Amino acid sequence: MAAYLVRRLFQAIFILLGVSVITFALLYLLPADPVRQIAGRSATAQTVENIRHQLGLDQPFIVQYWRYLTGLVQGDLGRSYLQRSEVSELIAARLPASLLLMAGAIACELAIGLTMGLVAAVRRGTVTDQTLMIASFVGVSAPQFVVGLLLLYFFAVQLGWFPIGGYGTWRHLVLPSVALGILGAGWYSRMMRSSMIDVLRQDYIRTARAKGLARGTVLLRHALPNAILPVIAMIGIDIGLFMSGIVVIESVFGWPGIGQLAWQAIQRVDIPIIMGVTLVSACAIVLGNLLADIVTPFIDPRIRLR
Amino acid sequence: MKHWLYTTVAATAVAVTLAGAPAIAQDAALDPNATPGGNIVITYKDDVATLDPAIGYDWQNWSMIKSLFDGLMDYEPGTTTLRPGLAESYEISDDGKTFTFHLRKGVKFHNGREMNADDVKYSLDRVTNPKTQSPGAGFFGSIKGYDAMADGSAETLEGVTVVDPSTVKIELSRPDATFLHVMALNFASIVPQEAVAEAGADFGKKPVGTGAFKLAEWTLGQRLVFAKNEDYWRKGLPYLDQITFEVGQEPIVALLRLQKGEVDVPGDGIPPAKFQEVMSDPEQKARVIEGGQLHTGYITMNVAMPPFDNKEVRQAVNMAINKDRIVQIINNRAVPANQPLPPSMPGYDNAYKGYEYNPEKAKEMLAEAGLPNGFETELFVMNTDPNPRIAQAIQQDLSSIGIKASIQSLAQANVIAAGGEKDQAPMIWSGGMAWIADFPDPSNFYGPILGCAGAVQGGWNWSWYCNEDLDKLATEADAMTDPAKSADRAKLWSEIYGKIMEDAPWVPVFNEQRFTMKSARMGGDDSLYVDPVSIPVNYDYVYVTE
Repeated sequence: MAAYLVRRLFQAIFILLGVSVITFALLYLLPADPVRQIAGRSATAQTVENIRHQLGLDQPFIVQYWRYLTGLVQGDLGRSYLQRSEVSELIAARLPASLLLMAGAIACELAIGLTMGLVAAVRRGTVTDQTLMIASFVGVSAPQFVVGLLLLYFFAVQLGWFPIGGYGTWRHLVLPSVALGILGAGWYSRMMRSSMIDVLRQDYIRTARAKGLARGTVLLRHALPNAILPVIAMIGIDIGLFMSGIVVIESVFGWPGIGQLAWQAIQRVDIPIIMGVTLVSACAIVLGNLLADIVTPFIDPRIRLR
Repeated sequence: MKHWLYTTVAATAVAVTLAGAPAIAQDAALDPNATPGGNIVITYKDDVATLDPAIGYDWQNWSMIKSLFDGLMDYEPGTTTLRPGLAESYEISDDGKTFTFHLRKGVKFHNGREMNADDVKYSLDRVTNPKTQSPGAGFFGSIKGYDAMADGSAETLEGVTVVDPSTVKIELSRPDATFLHVMALNFASIVPQEAVAEAGADFGKKPVGTGAFKLAEWTLGQRLVFAKNEDYWRKGLPYLDQITFEVGQEPIVALLRLQKGEVDVPGDGIPPAKFQEVMSDPEQKARVIEGGQLHTGYITMNVAMPPFDNKEVRQAVNMAINKDRIVQIINNRAVPANQPLPPSMPGYDNAYKGYEYNPEKAKEMLAEAGLPNGFETELFVMNTDPNPRIAQAIQQDLSSIGIKASIQSLAQANVIAAGGEKDQAPMIWSGGMAWIADFPDPSNFYGPILGCAGAVQGGWNWSWYCNEDLDKLATEADAMTDPAKSADRAKLWSEIYGKIMEDAPWVPVFNEQRFTMKSARMGGDDSLYVDPVSIPVNYDYVYVTE
C-alpha cells in the first residue's frame, strides 16, 4: 500500500509537470499579446518593449518556462498581469467558494442520482424505469449553461424561492449545486441502477426474501449498502468533471470561485492566472483519482492495490 | 497676456474677466432635490482588477477611480466641460508651454493628511515611471523630461517643479492644447506617497485618495463597498452614504435582479438579447437612459493595398454602404455617422453631410476608376456578435456594386494584429475594437488611428493613411493652447477631418449610443447616468429618492 502510494505520488508529479509544460506552451503560442493589453492603446513602442522586458516576456520560451517552474517549486504562482496581485492570493480567496459549491454538487448528485437509480432498479422494465433513464440521459447531455439559466429563470425569477445568483447563504448554494450536480446525477442514476440490479440478483438477497423479510427491509438493509459502495467510490473521479463545470456554472450564478476567476482571466489573456487555475485544477483531478483508487479496496476487498 | 482661469477651456469668455478674483465656489451644481443618504447596489460582470489610478483602465474601474481620487482638473458632471479639481486655479504662459497650478488648500487624503504640491510631483513621477507599468504613461509625453523617464534614465520629471506647498509649475516640451484634459485623466490623479509606499504593489487594493468616496470593504471576487468621505472638499457631496459594487454578475442576471428591485444600476448595461423586450415594456423603458458616447465605428480601407490606393475606389465604397440598415441590425443602439468624430465631440462638423448612400453612382465611380466589374477583397471582423452580422450587411452592400468581399471573422487580438501589418487586411470593420475617446478632445481621434504616427507596424492606423500635410495641421492645432482660441482650434480640427473624408480612408458607419438602466428610486439628472467622462455612472452626484 505504502509503495503504491509513493509510486502514485511520483506519477502525479510528472502529470503536473506535463500539464504545466503543455499549458505554458499553448499560452505562449497564443496570438494575443498580453503586453499590449497591459500597456494600453496610448502606449508608445518603447513603453511596450519596456513592459515586455520587465515581465521577461522578451526571453525565449525555455527561459520563461524555467523561471516559472523554479517559482512554482517554491510555491510562487507569479503575479497577475492585469489584477497586479499574487495569483496564489487570488486563488486562495476564491477556493473556499468553489469547494463549497462542489460539496453542494456532490450532495445533490448523490441524493438525486442514487434515488433515481434505486427506484429505476426496483421498477426495472416499467414505464417508471424508462422515464427515469430518459431523464438521466437528458441530465447527462444538457449543456450546463442552459440548465443553469433555466433553473435561475424558473426557481429564482418566476417562483422567487431562491436568490438570483450571488453568494452568502445556503439559499444561494442550492441552484448552482443542482445545476452542477445534474450531470453527475445522470451518471450516478445509471450506475446505481445497474449496480442495484446486480445485487438484487445475488443469492443472499434471495435468501433474505426466503427467510421472510419484508421487501423494503431487504432493499434498504441488505441490497442498498452493497450496491451503493461502488458508486460512491466514483466521487473522486467526479472532481475532474466539476473542474470544467464550475467555469460555466460560476459565471452564470455569479459564484465567486476559481472557475469565474479562470473565465475572466481567459478573456483578458491574464496568463499567470490561467496557469495557476489550470495547475490547481490538475492537482484536484490527480488527487481525486488517487482518492478513488485508495478507497476502492476498502469498499471491495476483492480489489487490491499493487 | 496672462489668463487666470477658474472655469474651463471651452468657456472662453469667462477667462479674462475673472482675473485676480478670489476662488469661487464651483458647486453651484448642487441639486436642490437631492436627499443625502442611502446605499445603492451596482453590478458588474468582471471583477475589478485594480483601483490604482495609474493603472486602472477598465470599463468598471474607470468611474470607481474617479470617485476615490481627484486630479488637478475635472469635468462638470454629465458634460465634457473642463473645470478645476484639486487645482483651484491655473495660469498658462503665452507660449502655451508652462502651466502653473495653484492647489486648493485644506484638501485631505482619506488618511487625514493634507494634500500638497509634493504629492502632485510624486504622482506624476510615479505614473510616468516605467516601473509603474501604467497604460496611461504615454498621455504625459508632452511634459518636459518625459523621454528621460520613459527610457529609465531619470527618476523624476524635469518639467514638474514644486514652487511652494500649494503651487506646481509644469513645463512642456511642446505646446499641448490637450494638456488640461490630460490632467483630468484618472492617470493624473493625486496619490499620497506614504500610502503608496506602505501598500507597495498592493496600492490598487488599498487605495487612498482625496475623492468623494473611500474604499470600506473589498471581498475579492464578490463585492466592494465604498463609503462616503465625510471630509470631502466639495461641500455637500457626495449624496450617497454607501455604494456596493457586486462583481461577477452576468448582465442578464443583473437585469433580472434589477427587475426585482435588488439592483440599482446594472453596470454593464442592458444585454443585447433583452434590449427589445425591455424597450417594449413602457414601465421598464421609462427607466432606460440613452446618451451619446465618444465612439465611432468604421470600416478601414488599407491605402497601401490596391485597389484601395485609389481614392475614387474608397469614395465609391463610402457611397455603397447602407448605414441605416446596419444601425437597424443592432436594434437602433447607434446613430449613422458621416465623419470620424462623434457628434458630442468639439470639432464635429454639423454642416458636413458626408457621402450619400447611392449604389448606382458608386458603381459608376468604380467604372471610372477602371474597375467596371468590381474586384475581390477581404473584410476582417472580430468574431463576437453583432460584428459578423454587421460584416454580412457590409458584404451585401459591397456586392451590389460588384465588390466581392470574403469575411475573415477572427478573435479580437488576431484582427488587431492583422491591422497592424501593412499588407494583411484590405478592409477591417472596427466593431468591438473601435475607438472610444480617452478624453473629449478631437485630437484624440487623430494621432493613433489616422495620423502617420499610427501607420506603423503594430499600430492602430489600420487604413495606413498618412498625410503629412494633415499631420502638420494637427500639430498646429494642438499648439493652440490659448483657451480664447478654442473655437478656432475646433474649427481647424473640423477642417482636418473634412480633408480626411475627401481622401476617404474610412467609411464612418455609426456612433454607438449608450443605454443605461436604473431602479425607480434613483434620482439625479439623466446625464449623470450616461456621463461621457465618468463612464458608466457619475457616483458623486446621483442620489436615491426614497
